[in-house]
Amino acid sequence: MNSRKLVYIFLPLVTIFLLIVIISWRIDNNKPSKVLANAGLTLPSGFEASAIAENLGRARHLTITPQNDIYVHLESLKNGKGIIVLHENNGKATIKTSFANFGGTGIAIKNGYLYASNDKAVYRFKLNEQNEVINPDAPETVVSGLLSRRAHEAKALCLDNKGNLYVNIGAYSNICSEFDRDRKGCPILDSAGGIWQFKADKLNQHYADGIKYAGGLRNVVGLSWNDQSNQLFVMQHGRDALHDLFPKLYTQHQSAELPAECMFALKKGDNAGWPYVYYDWIQNKNMLGPEYGGDGVKTADPQYINPAAAYPGHYAPNDLLFYTGTQFPEKYKNGAFIAFHGSWNRAPEPQAGYCIVFQPFKNGMPDGKWEVFANGFAGGPEKTSPNAAEHRPCGLAQGPDGSLYVADDQRGTIYKITYKN
Amino acid sequence: MSLLKYPILIFFFILGLNITLQAQTKPKVNGKSGQIGLKSSIARGKVVYTNICLACHMADGNGVPTMNPPLIKTSYVLGDKTALIKIVLNGFSEDVEINGQKFSNNMAPHSDLTDVQIADVLTYVRKSFGNNASAIKPSEVKKFRPVKKI
Repeated sequence: MNSRKLVYIFLPLVTIFLLIVIISWRIDNNKPSKVLANAGLTLPSGFEASAIAENLGRARHLTITPQNDIYVHLESLKNGKGIIVLHENNGKATIKTSFANFGGTGIAIKNGYLYASNDKAVYRFKLNEQNEVINPDAPETVVSGLLSRRAHEAKALCLDNKGNLYVNIGAYSNICSEFDRDRKGCPILDSAGGIWQFKADKLNQHYADGIKYAGGLRNVVGLSWNDQSNQLFVMQHGRDALHDLFPKLYTQHQSAELPAECMFALKKGDNAGWPYVYYDWIQNKNMLGPEYGGDGVKTADPQYINPAAAYPGHYAPNDLLFYTGTQFPEKYKNGAFIAFHGSWNRAPEPQAGYCIVFQPFKNGMPDGKWEVFANGFAGGPEKTSPNAAEHRPCGLAQGPDGSLYVADDQRGTIYKITYKN
Repeated sequence: MSLLKYPILIFFFILGLNITLQAQTKPKVNGKSGQIGLKSSIARGKVVYTNICLACHMADGNGVPTMNPPLIKTSYVLGDKTALIKIVLNGFSEDVEINGQKFSNNMAPHSDLTDVQIADVLTYVRKSFGNNASAIKPSEVKKFRPVKKI
């Protein structure tokens, strides 16, 4: 009786002790993240990755100078600064300086200036011959008064070779239904849901000075000028909630996979069709949206352009980079890398994305099937969700030696990916 | 490895164990019909949650950073019932700040749900994900329905 009682008392205690030992051992072993091979990423054979900086903040987009200075734009200020400058030497990055009293997403270098945006404006900083910012406290205002209404407000940007600046003005809505209850036509498209073009070297432009370059684009965070086809390429974040809004037309599985996240090759005046149409990557068809009479079978009016390439639903493409280096094998030359931030709107199905995809190109247009290039940012299948992910790829840049750099806005890690044969 | 480095861990582990033990013994003490009513309301509420709310607020109630607010340990859920019921009935399109994080996705109105469904789902949310606030009755939802014009 007594010994039995003792067992009842001690068995739980021993179990607790053993559990504590196991948990503490695991915590200890999880600590040094740098021990992970390739910084936890899986890559094609011959490639290596390392985390060259960590805990920078919400690192969104980044750009790198020929002198190996890395300008990282933070979504919100850290220690009062929105842009961090790293200098990289032999695979190690140290913080050189930080500046800018605004957070944001867009950042790019062109013709001796560093351009950077917040949600309402685009600024620029003059660079010296070493591509260092000359006057960090006095940016010039290129454009101000950009529309920013709580949703899709990041002003991603890029520049062409003819002195133009392209800025995303995201639609402040999922599918415009709250503004278009009578289905007469989405009224916000004259001032949002597209790419606006401004002059890159003209100061103090206002929103109204811009030209709507292309419309019907719900939200674009990844955009880039393609020098081969001399064309603007954008990655659209597709609509959400097909099943939630139309449970009779779309299953939960269809709603997780659809619509496609689309890559568009734009010409001036193009209309990509949001909110009236969406692209179905399984049927390879541009479809009429259910809000406007679609049923999952009816196709879209051909006035709306088709995507140049399409990817699974809700992956959230947050950056687009055309690879022009010589370090990576030949097949990567002039192809596109896409940073997929990762989904939230696939629930109750598992979330997906959280990876870098490579899209082969030929003569300046997508050619052939895309493939996952770098994966493992989230830290495992059980962590593949916006809350649990350890890292989320958000920005891409090419270094002077042809290495690929990735910015993570979950923990502020900067990855460097190199090819070693 | 040092055990002394994790006194908090040990504390919470034992605390968790105690709560589990208590939770196991409780129903035996209060096995009343009210408890059964509450249990079935929570069970029905979970079905509504899974069909309507989960896609944005997630299965664990944690929401999505910067977009859809969490339903855990927030006064929006645990506080004033009136405000909570009105959010479900009328939708929500204001910026929300919880624990220093901002959330900005709009929520659609769900006035198409019945009073019982709304009471069930809110009771489920107020009693799940580590929350423990009082149940909501269908009559409390009904009060905030607009009066129909004849």
